[in-house]
Formats: sequence, structure tokens, C-alpha cells
Amino acid sequence: MGMGDGIRQTLAKRAAEEISDGMLVNLGIGIPSLVPDYLPKGHNVMFHAENGIVGISHSPPYEEADEHLCNAGGYPITVKSGASYCDSAVAFGMIRRGLVDVTILGALQVSEAGDLANWIVPGKRVPGMGGAMELAAKANKVIVLMNHTDKNGQSKLLKTCTLPLTAKRCVHMVITDLGVFSVRETGLILTDLYEPYTVEEVRKRTEASFDVAEQLRILQK
Amino acid sequence: MVENTFGKICTYDQVKPLFKDNQSILFGGFGGVGTPPGLVNLILETNVQNLLLIGNDAGFPNIGIGKIVTAKRARKMIVSHIGSNPNAGAFMQNGELEIEFSPQGTLVERIRAGGMGLGGVLTDIGLDAEFVNQGKQVVALDNKKYLVEPALTAEIAIVYAKQCDPYGNLVFDKSARNTNPLIAMAGAITIVEADEIVPLDALNPEHIVTPGAFVDYIVPSKGVDWKWAWETVFDKH
Repeated sequence: MGMGDGIRQTLAKRAAEEISDGMLVNLGIGIPSLVPDYLPKGHNVMFHAENGIVGISHSPPYEEADEHLCNAGGYPITVKSGASYCDSAVAFGMIRRGLVDVTILGALQVSEAGDLANWIVPGKRVPGMGGAMELAAKANKVIVLMNHTDKNGQSKLLKTCTLPLTAKRCVHMVITDLGVFSVRETGLILTDLYEPYTVEEVRKRTEASFDVAEQLRILQK
Repeated sequence: MVENTFGKICTYDQVKPLFKDNQSILFGGFGGVGTPPGLVNLILETNVQNLLLIGNDAGFPNIGIGKIVTAKRARKMIVSHIGSNPNAGAFMQNGELEIEFSPQGTLVERIRAGGMGLGGVLTDIGLDAEFVNQGKQVVALDNKKYLVEPALTAEIAIVYAKQCDPYGNLVFDKSARNTNPLIAMAGAITIVEADEIVPLDALNPEHIVTPGAFVDYIVPSKGVDWKWAWETVFDKH
């Protein structure tokens, strides 16, 4: 994603605030996978993976890695007490039935209505949607972690997505390197702002229109 | 010595003639984890061409089903993801390989439906997605709209299991289970590669994930012969 290490940690830390005990949570690859580092020790959150795991725990040291125990990104993990394995159909049944409380994923574009585009750049990058359509459409809360702008400095928060959609009106919260936006019926609202940015700077770098929360929270990076 | 009570336990040479040109093959595995390594090598040894490969993803260039893609033995894949295998992307771009993308949960449910003897599934996933809904029927049921997603079966299914008894009853290993129990049910011929072939009665009937009725042939596994992406990353450090 071309994000500095410090910023990646900052976004992951903010996303962790949205997770509480008892939740079933699915994390995308990349920055979202850092989120568990910011949960309190001894938490009771169950992490779900599309390849059939409920109850993912930390990554093992290399010597203890089990080639048959990996997350959906293909990296070795361990499981916690209460974990279970299932086949892929059951793993997706949990998603479609609305049992996944929160999913945290990356995005190419998000619109002010909460439309998500994160799986294809026609003619350029065509990796396939994987499980993103089900997660985006059916998780109870969809949190996007992304750079505020693309590598050309263009806003990724748009009035309307220009790339093919993963799912319509599905995103609830967007956490970028500038601030945090909540998607409401009435549109986007800026709830958190990272120091040292100002609301004006965020407006300059955002194509989508947004309101500013009355009690804007200032976050330190 | 495990008794070959049902005649299903074979050598690789015995199952080799089952593979033919233009065949459809369902493969178990997720990013190569749970893809039967010995059967992938066997397919490479045969000279079969123009395969239709159906499974979760295209693996990695030298991992799992990716090895068959890299060797240009496939004409088409039905998968949810090819991002980890740049060869699949390159062959798609130059027209050598046709890719049908199916959302992951829909894909495995289509395979499950095939294995269960059903015609397809109804889902609202991808209703509005132009790359998913193309040419598919939409039906209304209880005032909700659904896409009709056809079931998937194949001439051969290749499965990787942890343990297998002579009837073909299967137990899987952690996240190497993934699509394997679904694939196992949807092949006209199902071939299982097992890490361990155990005697009848060695598996608790309550713990069996796939009943042996779905299994036709069993071959012993020598385990994975590729290097995982995470091992390569470690090597670089």
C-alpha cells in the first residue's frame, strides 16, 4: 500500500477501537492483519478466516509454523482456545448469515454512499474478488482502512466510484491516514482528524463531500 | 499393513490413465494449502492438455494447482482469485487462459450443490456486479431477488486428506480442509491423496468429515514438495 510503518500501526490501532469482546471478526490481508496487536491482552474476540477457521491467534515463530494452519493470506497462524475448523462453504455460510460482526479490509475507492470498489482495475489488475463480495455485503460492520489518496495524489473517497463495485452501500467506516469518516444515511461525516492536518486540508484532498462532527476528535499519529 | 478391502487403494501408476485431454478437474486447496501435491505432479507427468480447472484460486506459480497453470495445461479456470499466481494473470491477458471468476462463497456453494445432486443455488451476492451477473437468470422468491448460480461438477476431483481408511472415509488437517470436503463430493471420479492410510475402524465414525461413499481411488501422499511463500520470505531475511 506504500504506507510508512508508523501510519500502518496508527490505522490499525484506531480500527481496534471498533472491536469488543464476544465479536466474530474477519480481517483482510495487509494493514487489517495488524489490528489484533492493539486489542487488550486476554481479549475474547474470535477471528474468522474464509479458509475455514474460527479463533485465529498470533503468528507462530518460524520453527513452529504448521504448513496446514494458515490464514486466508497463506501465512502460518495459531489458534486460541475455543477455535474450530470447517470447510469453505460453512465459513461463507457464517458470513452470509450475518454472523460476522466486523470485517476490516482495504479499498481502491469508497463513495460517499458507502459503495466499495476493491477487487478489479479493468485491463490492469484483475486478481479476482476472492471472498470480498460476501464480506462487504454481509458483515454487520464494514471498516475500510486505506490511504486517503492514490499514488497520483487522487482522492480515493469519491462522490461515485469509477471502478467496478465489490458491493453497494456496504461501508460503515473509513479510516485513512488523514482521519476517520463514518458513513451515515445523510452522507459522510468526519469524526476523527489526525494531527497535524486541518479540516481544510482534508477537504482539499477529498473529492467526496462530507460533514464534520460537532465533537471532532483529534488523534495523534 | 492396511487391507485393501474395497479395492480403492492404488498406486499413482494405476490412476494415471484416468487423466485425459480436455477434462474438467476439481481441485481442493486454498492458496496451495490442501492441494494434493502427488496428484498435481502426476497430472504434470501425463501429457494431458486443455484442462478445465475448478477450485478456489490459481495457487502460486510453483505451488499447488499453480504448477499446472504454469505448465500451460489449462484452457480455462473457474476460480475466485488468481492474484497470487502472476502466470495465470499473464495467460489470461494474452488469451491463452480463460478465467471465470466466481465470488468465493458462491463458488464453493456451487460445488457443494453439484456434490449434493442439486441444479444450482440462489444467492443475492453479485446481483449488481456486472462481472458476476452476466448472462445469469434472476428469480424472485418471497419478494427478494436472487441470482441463479449453476451447480459445478467435474469429471475428476483431486482431494488432499490427512487420514483415509480403505473405504475412503476422510479426516482433514486444520486449514488444509478448506474446499476439500466439497470437491470430494462433486467429482464423477474422486481421487484422494492421503497423508496416512489407516485401517478400517481406526477413524471414529462420529469424526469422519467425508464419507467414503464419495471416494473412488486412494493414493498415499509423500507430502508437499514445494516451498511455501512464507518460507521464501523467511529465507530473504
